[in-house]
Order: sequence, then structure tokens, then C-alpha cells
Amino acid sequence: MEPLDVIQGKVSVLDRADVDTDQIIPKQFLKRLERTGFGEFLFYDWIRDGEINLEPNPILLTGRNFGCGSSREHAVWALQDFGFAAIVAPSFADIFYVNCTKNGFLPVILDESQCRALARAGEARIDVDDQTVDFADGVVEFDLDEEVKHRILHGLDEIALTLRREDAIAEFEGSGAADRGPVTTAL
Amino acid sequence: MPRTLFDKIWDAHEVAEGLIYIDLHLVHEITSAQAFEGLRLEGRRVRRPDKTVATADHNVPTDGTPAARLIADEMSRKQVEALERNCAEFGVPVYSLGSDRRGIVHVIGPELGLTQPGMTIVCGDSHTSTHGAFGALAFGIGTSEVEHVLATQCLPQRRPKAMRVSYVGERRPGVAPKDLILATIGRLGTHGMIGYAVEYAGEPIRALSMEGRMTICNMTIEGGGRAGMVAPDSTTFAYIEGRSGAPEDFDAAVDRWRSLETDEGAEFDAEVEIDAGAISPMVTWGTQPAQVVEVTDRVPDPAAIDAPADREAAQRALAYMALEPGTPITEIPLDRVFIGSCVNSRIEDLREAAAMVEGRRVAEAIRAMVVPGSEQVRAAAEAEGLDGVFRSAGFEWRTSGCSMCLGMNPDVLAEGERCASTSNRNYEGRQGKGGRTHLVSPRMAAAAAIEGRFTDIRHWD
Repeated sequence: MEPLDVIQGKVSVLDRADVDTDQIIPKQFLKRLERTGFGEFLFYDWIRDGEINLEPNPILLTGRNFGCGSSREHAVWALQDFGFAAIVAPSFADIFYVNCTKNGFLPVILDESQCRALARAGEARIDVDDQTVDFADGVVEFDLDEEVKHRILHGLDEIALTLRREDAIAEFEGSGAADRGPVTTAL
Repeated sequence: MPRTLFDKIWDAHEVAEGLIYIDLHLVHEITSAQAFEGLRLEGRRVRRPDKTVATADHNVPTDGTPAARLIADEMSRKQVEALERNCAEFGVPVYSLGSDRRGIVHVIGPELGLTQPGMTIVCGDSHTSTHGAFGALAFGIGTSEVEHVLATQCLPQRRPKAMRVSYVGERRPGVAPKDLILATIGRLGTHGMIGYAVEYAGEPIRALSMEGRMTICNMTIEGGGRAGMVAPDSTTFAYIEGRSGAPEDFDAAVDRWRSLETDEGAEFDAEVEIDAGAISPMVTWGTQPAQVVEVTDRVPDPAAIDAPADREAAQRALAYMALEPGTPITEIPLDRVFIGSCVNSRIEDLREAAAMVEGRRVAEAIRAMVVPGSEQVRAAAEAEGLDGVFRSAGFEWRTSGCSMCLGMNPDVLAEGERCASTSNRNYEGRQGKGGRTHLVSPRMAAAAAIEGRFTDIRHWD
């Protein structure tokens, strides 16, 4: 993934709570074997039915529990491919949040009143390292796990990082701690 | 210090702080292709194929298509063929079309005895929470994490918070495990369990079969929960014993598993108590699982909802569902009935539904189908004659797969069709664009097929 330190620009607002990943990227587009090209299918039914209109600004602001439902990472790929670089909401579904961080797509949790202020401001500057959102109402801070921040800032391959801990993994396996459960290849 | 079931499993799997070891990785065709491709691009291998198993479920037609190359839909065919190729290349066992072990990934894990207490289990599918019914820590992951587990057998994880949902009282006749979890989500909201691993406890849970516990844990994700869990007990052990994946020294395993239950005095970050005796058969009326009422209720009036976000969501949901506030649930006419999906397609579910329809006929206007969760469930049901019961009543009897739970295969709702469904998601378009889904238990769905509308099965004869 690409390094990301600052996201600056206009805010697109999707004022809905509990937006599920079936809406973000409907199932008929999950049959592709690639990670790319999903942007044109983002919110496929809502946009084509004229229910919503979204500009591909750097920042998407939305309601609580965004990304609930299916674990499909295609939702993140579609949002990124559409043009968003960061997403701000009062809360995110757990799997969606993790999927964002694996792709260098910055999820930012602000409280409801901060979200409303950001919607009014219409543009912002988000600094990953400082963990701040700077907009007309002032500067607000957000939480970000240190390791996640490090990876996003430097665009690091997380698998490579885990593979560097090979000794610890091998030791765990060698200790018998990994012997739980069946041997799937021997069924 | 007293520890919870979750604590015990987590602590036993920490390779290093924030890095947990995965005992079983379940793989299916929709969320794995890009992960295998990632391995190829980096020249990586699958670290533990012996802790990995794949099946084809989301995409597959339920018409008995015997091999991947014969799937009519070109993209589905390519995806299942890619799964078979990837598994062959990386040495991962796969149960694809033609295998009598194939089925919905969350049905075959338990039925093959792969799912066992105390394990960590992941799958690129949100309903992986199902496996927590065995006292495992099981959760859904995205494709990047699928690739991570394939390559390292580990996952960097932040420790979730712990919630306990304790049921008290006694479940009343006609009230299914599905109703318990729908009522719970209705109370806590679609976002109520975000950030939590949830343990379900209390006598009403202990009294449930493994199928019932799986139904409850399956839908934990619909309340936003990371994982759902039930402490293992004699019901759990009896289910596992004799299955292919069961431990060779079964008694020793049971001794270990008995120590997993939450210690007396262990603390949870959140505690919820629910009176199971106050729960009725439930029916969803909206486009989120939390938008649910009792079958004897009416479609709610959004104007009466205080929170603006919930009120607006209710208004949009009613417009999509073409429902008027105040309409009795039992007066909503149906077009389709679907019995299946990873939440309610196991043998017990099919037995319950069959008992409702035996000797009756599906209503004239209804198209009803039963889709067993796996080929083994199908074989077991056919051995008991359940297929004949359903067919005689006018149901279609299909081969196994995810089917109309998510409409990625030929089983879909047409625009505007209204369906009583035993699945777990009533999102807009989930079962087909413009389709309208009402989530119910298997017995409620079966009775609805006969009546052509919802009926209170407690007073149905």
C-alpha cells in the first residue's frame, strides 16, 4: 500500500447510519478476481436510483456503524478506487475498520457533534502522524493504534512485518501450543 | 485472577503481544482469490495447509450442478475454478462441487468436527462468529487478513472488549433460538455490540442444542459483535464425538475443554440481561436485523421514534419495504419463502420446518424453497424423508449452498417480491435488487409458506 501522511480537501457527506457493505458494493461485483476497478460500482443501486449523489472528494463523512454486515474488503477497494482517501464517522463496523487499515485507507472516528461541524465546514486537513483533523471549527484529535499508524504512514506490507517474527511463530508452534484442532489434510 | 472464556482462549494464542495464532482457517471462493494472488506476487507459500480448508458455497447453483466447469454463470464458474486451482497449487484441501463434504462453510466446519472448543477460527466471512457456539474464538476477516493468515498462520489483532449476554427465565413454546437473537439485536441495535467479543450465558442457552447455539452466535455480527461464544459443555462434546475431525484421545480433549468456561467472578466490560420468557416469535419489518417486532405487533410508526438517525432509517426502510405504519405483521402478504442459509439450514432446522408443513400445502401465491446447508445435511434429511415432506407440500428441494441468502447465484428475489426468510440479513437488495426480506425462524417461515402470510405459530393448528 502507498504511504499516507496528510489528506486535505473537500468533504463528501453521506448522512446515513448503519450503511452496510451490501450497499457499498453489491454482491454482483464480488465475482471479479482482481482488487482494482471497483470504484465505478460504489453504492451502485443508490447512485443509479438517484438516492444519493457523491463527489469523489478526498474525505467521506458518514453516520455511525458504517460498513456493517459482510466482511467483503471490496467495499474498501471501491471507496478508494472511487477517489476517497479517508473516511470519518462516529463509529465503524469492526471488520470494515480493520479492512480500511490494511489498505492505507484512513478511518477516523469523531463524535457526533464533531461530525456535524465537519459537515458544515465542508473541507478539512487530516494529519495521520499528529492524529488531528483541522477544519473551520478548530483542530480535533482522533485515536489511531500506534502500529496501524506506523504502517499507514510508511505504506508497509504487514505480512512482511509478521514474517519478521518468524522466530516467535516457530517457537509457538514448537512448544505444542499450536497443536489444537484437527489436521485438515488428514481427514 | 478469574478469567473469561474469551480471556482463556486469547491468552493461549498470543504468539507475541497483539499477534495471535490461528488454529483453523476456513476459505471460500468469494474472498480468497485476491489473497492467493497476493501470495503468488510475493512468492509466498501457505504456511499451514494442514490448518486450512476450503469449500465453494456463495456462488454455487443449487440445482445439483455436479462440477465447477458446468456452472452456467461464467463469472461464478471462473471464481470456483480459481478456488480449485489455488487450493491445488498451495496444497489446501478443498471440498468443491461434486464433493459430498461440500456445503456452506459455517455448516461444514462443525459437521466435519473441525470446529472444536478453545480454538481460534477465522474465515473471510462475517458469519464466522457461528463457530463460537463451540466455545471457540471465531471471527470474520477481510481478504488482506485472509492472505495474512495463509502466509503466517497468525493475525495482528487488537484485543476486543468482553460482553456477556445472560438470558434468564424459560423460552416459551414456539419461540426459537432465532427469536432470542433477533430480540436481543432489536434491543441492543445493529451497532450495539461493536468492539465486543460476546459470551452468551444462562440456562436458556445451556438448554439449547448445538444448532440453536450456532444460530445465536451466527447473528452476533448483526449486532456488530466481533465474536459470539458459548461455553462448551456436555451438549458440545456429544456433538463433536465421532465426527471426522474429532480428537483421537477424545476424553483427554474433553478434560481440557471443561476448563474453558468463564471463571466465577470474572469481569466483563459490559453485561446485559435478557428475559427469555418474555420473548415471542419475531419478524423483521425493515432493512436491518434490529428493525424487528413480535409477530403479534404492527409495523411501527417512524414518527414515534425519538432518535433522528433511527427515525430516518425507519422511514427509508418502510419506503423500501412498501409497508404502511400500523399494518399488523400477520396481514403482510408474501410471495416467497426461503428456508436455508448459514444461520438456519442444519438438520434440526429442517426437521422443525418439515414438522410444520407435513400433510399441508404451500399457499397458491407462494413459491417456497428449502436449501440444506451442506451435502451432508441434505443426505441426512433425505434419509429421514424430509425431502418428500417438503416436496409433497409444494416446496422446492435444492442442493446445498448459500443460495438466496445473498443472491450471488441463480436463487434471487425479483424486484418487489416479498420473502419470509430464515437467513440473517434483510438489507436492501440483499436477496435480489428490489427484493423485500423479512427474517424469521424456520418454523415461522414454514407456517408462512402454508398461510401465505405471517402467522403466530403459538396459536396455529
